[in-house]
Amino acid sequence: MAEHYLNLAIKSICVENMALAFFLGMCSFMACSKKVETAIGLGFAVIFVLAMTVPINNLMYNYLLREGAMTWISPSMAEVDLSFLSFLSFIGTIAAATQLVEMALDKFMPKLYTALGVFLPLIAVNCAILGAALFMQQRDYTLGESVVFGVGSGIGWLLAIVALAAIREKMRYSNIPAGLRGLGMAFILTGLMAMGFMVFSGIQL
Amino acid sequence: MALAFSKKEREALLDPLFNNNPIALQMLGICSALAVTTKLDKAIVMAVSLTLVCAFSNLAVSLIRDYVPTNIRIIIQLTIIASLVIITDQILKAFVPAISKQLSVFVGLIITNCIVMGRAEGFAMQNPPWVSFLDGIGNGLGYSIILILAGFFRELLGSGKVWNYPVLKLVTEGGWYNPNGLMVMAPGALFLVGLFIWALRTWKPDQVEDE
Repeated sequence: MAEHYLNLAIKSICVENMALAFFLGMCSFMACSKKVETAIGLGFAVIFVLAMTVPINNLMYNYLLREGAMTWISPSMAEVDLSFLSFLSFIGTIAAATQLVEMALDKFMPKLYTALGVFLPLIAVNCAILGAALFMQQRDYTLGESVVFGVGSGIGWLLAIVALAAIREKMRYSNIPAGLRGLGMAFILTGLMAMGFMVFSGIQL
Repeated sequence: MALAFSKKEREALLDPLFNNNPIALQMLGICSALAVTTKLDKAIVMAVSLTLVCAFSNLAVSLIRDYVPTNIRIIIQLTIIASLVIITDQILKAFVPAISKQLSVFVGLIITNCIVMGRAEGFAMQNPPWVSFLDGIGNGLGYSIILILAGFFRELLGSGKVWNYPVLKLVTEGGWYNPNGLMVMAPGALFLVGLFIWALRTWKPDQVEDE
């Protein structure tokens, strides 16, 4: 059993890296990767939100939304299928969790709060978060699996953004053509990193 | 037509096209730009849907901006956007079912497209409805330009076709063009968008970042 969870963790961190294999969460990935410090802060915020929302969404999907899920309330509801509402309820949970993180950061770490700026509320619309919830629904994870998957994809995303930020800090010393400086170069770097991460697809789990 | 708009309204509509492009300068909406551009028809349907959702969500958010408590604004904005996306999804399913099937997940992912949310939060919360509406359309168009360009080149170089019509004859069909598989995969999209940004900033040097 433990081996199964370990496999899932490795898969979500390396093989199916949210940022580099599925290209989810790209916007904040590009914009907040100028400094390693900011990247680490945002990465941990994403891990936290993912670890909270994927299991909550999992419970909600299994006990309220999917077909026959509400049988536990009364047998007469066995035919109710609310899965068309899954999108709206997933995003609702995510938005509420993000707002909590935002208030907590504003209170306890005001410096990080200002550094992240508009990208903190944008975690709510970070495709990686909603993407993880949708993958969870699609692949029918159990509650335990969804905890591992949520944390794992968060760690994978943190690794990717910190790696990119570190490369970009070093890039400051190189002589790049003027028009390519900043965002343009970040795109090409991410492309190269994505090609690098393709090696992990050879791992047999 | 242009005379009917005041200066501020014209700026809201036209600035996002090249001067303040959402993808190339504001770094918003990149995820879907990479995912849906493998073919031109997909890219165009996606671009039109996003423009409409962005315009109407800006309008709605701007209309209620004075009555929303700041602490719960994100949830309210997301509910507005999600409802608009559900409507768009239903319309696409009814009128272009084939493309809607190919796009499936990505129509839903308009909800998490940072352009819509970013403009609602960054522009519509401070501006009156009509200007916000124009700003929504303008940003949608700025996004569309990048999407259509990327879709055109990726379909042309990746499979030798434009709008599903063969332009470059493939080697497998007795022609001369050997399709570039990298273009269809995601790194190809990243390289292409990077090169677009380079071209745009060479044309408009004031957008160059100093690092």
